[in-house]
Amino acid sequence: MMITKPKKADAANDDSILLKVRGLRIDGMSEEVWNPIVKGVDFDLKRGEILGLIGESGAGKSTIGLAAMGYARPGCRLSGGEILFDGIEMRTASEKQKRAMRGVRIAYVAQSAAASFNPAHRLIEQYQEAPVQHGVLSVEEAQSDAVDLFGRLQLPDADTIGFRYPHQVSGGQLQRAMTAMAMACKPDLIVFDEPTTALDVTTQIEVLAAIKDVVRQFNTAAIYITHDLAVVAQMADRIIVLRYGEVVEEADTRTMLSKPTEAYTKSLWAVRSLHKEEEPGEDTLLEIRNVDASYGGGVKVLHDVSIKVPTKRTVAVVGESGSGKSTTARVITGLLPPMTGEVLFKGEVLPPALKSRGKDDLRKLQMIYQMPDTAINPRQRVRDIIGRPVQFYLGLTGKKREERVRELLSMIDMEPDTFIDRYPGELSGGQKQRICIARALAAEPQLIICDEVTSALDQLVAEEVLRLLLRLQDEFNLSYLFITHDLATVKAIADEIVVMLQGSVVEQGMKTEMLTPPHHEYTDLLLSSVPEMDPDWLEDLLVKRAAAANAKARA
Amino acid sequence: MSNQTPDEPVRSSDAVAIPVIERVWWREAWKELKKAQWTAKLGVVIILSYVFVAVFAPILTPYGESQIVGDAFEPWGDPYLLGTDNLGRDMLTRLIYGARNTLGIAFVTTILAFVVGGGLGLTAATLRGWTDQGLSRIVDVFMAIPVLIFALVLIAIFGSTVQNLIIIIALLDSTRVFRLTRAVGMNVAVMDFVEAAKLRGEGLSWIMLREVLPNILPPLVVEFGLRFCFVFLLIATLSFLGVGVQPPTADWGSMVRDNATLITYGDITPLLPAGAIALLTVGVNFVVDWFLQKTSGLHDDH
Amino acid sequence: MGKVLTLIVQRLGLGLITLIAVSLIIFLGVELLPGDIATEILGKDAQPATVEAFRKELGLDKPPVTRYIQWVGATLSGDFGNSFANGRPISDLIGFRLQNTLFLALMTAAISVPLSLIAGVLAALYRNSFYDRAINIFTLTSISFPEFFIAYILIIVFGQQLGWFPTLSNVSAEMPFSQKLYLCALPALTMTLAVFAHMMRMTRAAILNLLASPYIEMANLKGLERSRIVTKHALPNAWAPIANVVALNMAYLVVSVVVVEVVFVFPGLGQLMVDSVIVRDVPVVQACSMIFAATYILMNLTADIISIVTNPRLLHPR
Repeated sequence: MMITKPKKADAANDDSILLKVRGLRIDGMSEEVWNPIVKGVDFDLKRGEILGLIGESGAGKSTIGLAAMGYARPGCRLSGGEILFDGIEMRTASEKQKRAMRGVRIAYVAQSAAASFNPAHRLIEQYQEAPVQHGVLSVEEAQSDAVDLFGRLQLPDADTIGFRYPHQVSGGQLQRAMTAMAMACKPDLIVFDEPTTALDVTTQIEVLAAIKDVVRQFNTAAIYITHDLAVVAQMADRIIVLRYGEVVEEADTRTMLSKPTEAYTKSLWAVRSLHKEEEPGEDTLLEIRNVDASYGGGVKVLHDVSIKVPTKRTVAVVGESGSGKSTTARVITGLLPPMTGEVLFKGEVLPPALKSRGKDDLRKLQMIYQMPDTAINPRQRVRDIIGRPVQFYLGLTGKKREERVRELLSMIDMEPDTFIDRYPGELSGGQKQRICIARALAAEPQLIICDEVTSALDQLVAEEVLRLLLRLQDEFNLSYLFITHDLATVKAIADEIVVMLQGSVVEQGMKTEMLTPPHHEYTDLLLSSVPEMDPDWLEDLLVKRAAAANAKARA
Repeated sequence: MSNQTPDEPVRSSDAVAIPVIERVWWREAWKELKKAQWTAKLGVVIILSYVFVAVFAPILTPYGESQIVGDAFEPWGDPYLLGTDNLGRDMLTRLIYGARNTLGIAFVTTILAFVVGGGLGLTAATLRGWTDQGLSRIVDVFMAIPVLIFALVLIAIFGSTVQNLIIIIALLDSTRVFRLTRAVGMNVAVMDFVEAAKLRGEGLSWIMLREVLPNILPPLVVEFGLRFCFVFLLIATLSFLGVGVQPPTADWGSMVRDNATLITYGDITPLLPAGAIALLTVGVNFVVDWFLQKTSGLHDDH
Repeated sequence: MGKVLTLIVQRLGLGLITLIAVSLIIFLGVELLPGDIATEILGKDAQPATVEAFRKELGLDKPPVTRYIQWVGATLSGDFGNSFANGRPISDLIGFRLQNTLFLALMTAAISVPLSLIAGVLAALYRNSFYDRAINIFTLTSISFPEFFIAYILIIVFGQQLGWFPTLSNVSAEMPFSQKLYLCALPALTMTLAVFAHMMRMTRAAILNLLASPYIEMANLKGLERSRIVTKHALPNAWAPIANVVALNMAYLVVSVVVVEVVFVFPGLGQLMVDSVIVRDVPVVQACSMIFAATYILMNLTADIISIVTNPRLLHPR
């Protein structure tokens, strides 16, 4: 039986460079021509160091991470520069050379573990594949290692979990199993490609802690790719900020967080500064009373949900996936008539089904969606997207309609002459979301349901959108029901908070009251799991939680 | 009264916008075509020349469609460039008229199949629920019988006139169109902008025609090409089997059948109409393939 | 395993329902026959008494429901009734023809399935290579050819120019196996060409789709050998799509057999059906179409069941 010893003791003082990247250029194929997507990136990675790559979508983070393995996705090519991994040039290495390195000395952890495990094989079979195929370990050695690693990664039933198939294991566990698989040959470097992005916050924390722990134990170097600043702050020793395929700034984590030098980096950090002073509501605009709901008469997804939204206030509904946030929105809009309970607007009961509601009921209650890409028809011009509700609800046509559309465009800070004839394809993500806001505004509503409206946007853009929403609230006395899983957004815009779990309301109240302890147990878990921009936050939290658990055990 | 001065502001910008877009569309298409691989260019040339021949058939032909000009099976040569057929009609004339008849029938059939299948598919995708379930189950049953076999049964029952052929084949083919329209329509119908339109209170026809349809046009255009080929081959096959287009109408499938005996003597004349069928479908398939490659966005360099 | 069994039973049930629905359509089709069958067959000048007697003989005086049940019962026991055209029992007409058709179809399948699967997998693995492009153009072209065009070209080349194979495939029951093979060479080759293009292209698409999965990328990034990625990671997940491709194309074979039999004057079911359509011998058409449809449904059912039993998610429930 082989016992794997952590390498930490003998490798701790080894400060040599493991990966050296110089002038890396990567092209991507679009419209049948090669366009640069990474334009000359340099960086070094020491043994045992964790390097965070952060940036917005399209910054080239994942592409660079894969390039470290000498790999380019179909439709991409490594067009120039050098990638020296422990002295071996990975860009020009032969397929055979690269194969010998991958899985053994460099390993990869993908964003979606569910899709990256082969559904046809047991976890352990996939775990042992790299070490056995590369001749590093025998099957028995690999399997006993696996049990050890599964244990270190806090997977339940470490002895037997490997004999399950991927679909028999939860998402968070699968992500840890994939980390274990990457560790199988005790590689020098692991590339983590957004490993927690698809997970809920409370699950994310366990995975982050497990990854950090095991990487430290074996003194493995890592490239940690994410778009989440708070996450990278926990994980990385050093951070590189990327934008449009170029390095914006590079510094060790603490320096980067406390003293960013570049304007772009500063602006990224500034996002979380948006804050709204809460005000108690006066009269109630919308009320949901004791609503139970299910899809197609099956399992109940909402249990006795009651929420009040005051006039001119923002109520944030928070919860993880499956908590019933979006279902609540569907009940309010009439898309899903409730089994029991009712929805009241200004004290009057709304007909439960969409079809039986009058035009004016529909007008007063508008909705903005998470994905601006799919929320507006790509085959309609801005003029028609905004013009349709103007015409439909207010009966304006011709010149009057045109004028109103232009007015609305000005309200959302978009130059009418420039944008009115555009198709959505000719707009950026933030501009599309503004158009969605204008479309909702065109109906002259009293309440707007905002369903995760900023989560598909890059942080800077998200902040602009939030500012716009706050300004419009003031100007037009709007109420918002703001569905989100992001607590930074909640802090920025909410007056009141509703916490939901598994289809029920756990707790609700004013923002400050909800954000200061004591909380309901779940609220506490949820709030404390949201990463903060403090590099010590994760470790402090784990210490605190361990202490609490001990105290509980003793009591 | 056109006293418009050039600097007069345009009243409805929609009115100008549309022709601009169309001009751009043609230019784009031409530009794309110039970049396309040789197979696609060949395909476009083939299709255009067939359309030309079909439209100008009466001008291009030396004789009448079913005019008997000489003896049966005269060889290729002076008065009859490609010889005569089994009844002594000019082969070239019949071939050219065949383009008109065969193409025309297939085109009308395909259009009809798209109107019926596309319309129902769009309705099923938009309404979902029971409408969709009902229509889909009926279509499933229809699709459980191979088209050629089903067509033969229906022809045996109703007889093979041109109208019957068009209706029977269009109906059978519309089940395939339904399947595709429903599938791609469903992908669009679950999108947020369609939900937004429903929440606005829009009616069914607005949602179907203004929100969903414009977004599924590209795959439908490709499917039109494929279905056209299929219908065209099916009609040719039925005619070849003797249960399709009936004499004296010139039709490529039945021309092969009528003159098949020549094959035994090593004469390739009957292969001309068969080749004419094959060449057109090759052309359409080449263009469709190019379209598919362009829209699927699949490239790689491995 | 319980779930798999339930799903299979459900599929079988669905297949049965489809078969019943199809038989209803084929039966009801005759009801829709414009005019009266009896008058149609006997001619307009027939004596009313004769027509009446004929109607009785056909059972047309009974209500449709009764006739449908009788028809189904008789069909199940192998009795398809008598031909309108020559009065002979249809089962006699069908018997050896069905055997011939099955022989031809199996022979074609034996050639075309391995050939197109291998060609398709290779095209997917060596995507965008010269081989891939060449075979793409070849298959696009042959998809566009009507079967009778392919058949006549083969007749001219192999039958007349080279003289390798006979151009008429008039097999009979007493012939030795080898002679049957020889006679069926050209028809089988025609059908192989017709079905190869479809099957190869579908295989290629299915494999490409599979190779784009994240777990294949993961296998690459684990540094595995290409051959291992294909056999260990792609193949176990490829059974369902491949079974689908094969079943669909075998179903397509059922159709192309009709044309090929006519060209080669092959005494099979397709030939019989076309002849009967021409003389509008409805009972024979009904019987033939039922057999064709049942085969087609069976093929698709098989594909469904194969994809159920090879789905790891179903085989290893939570």
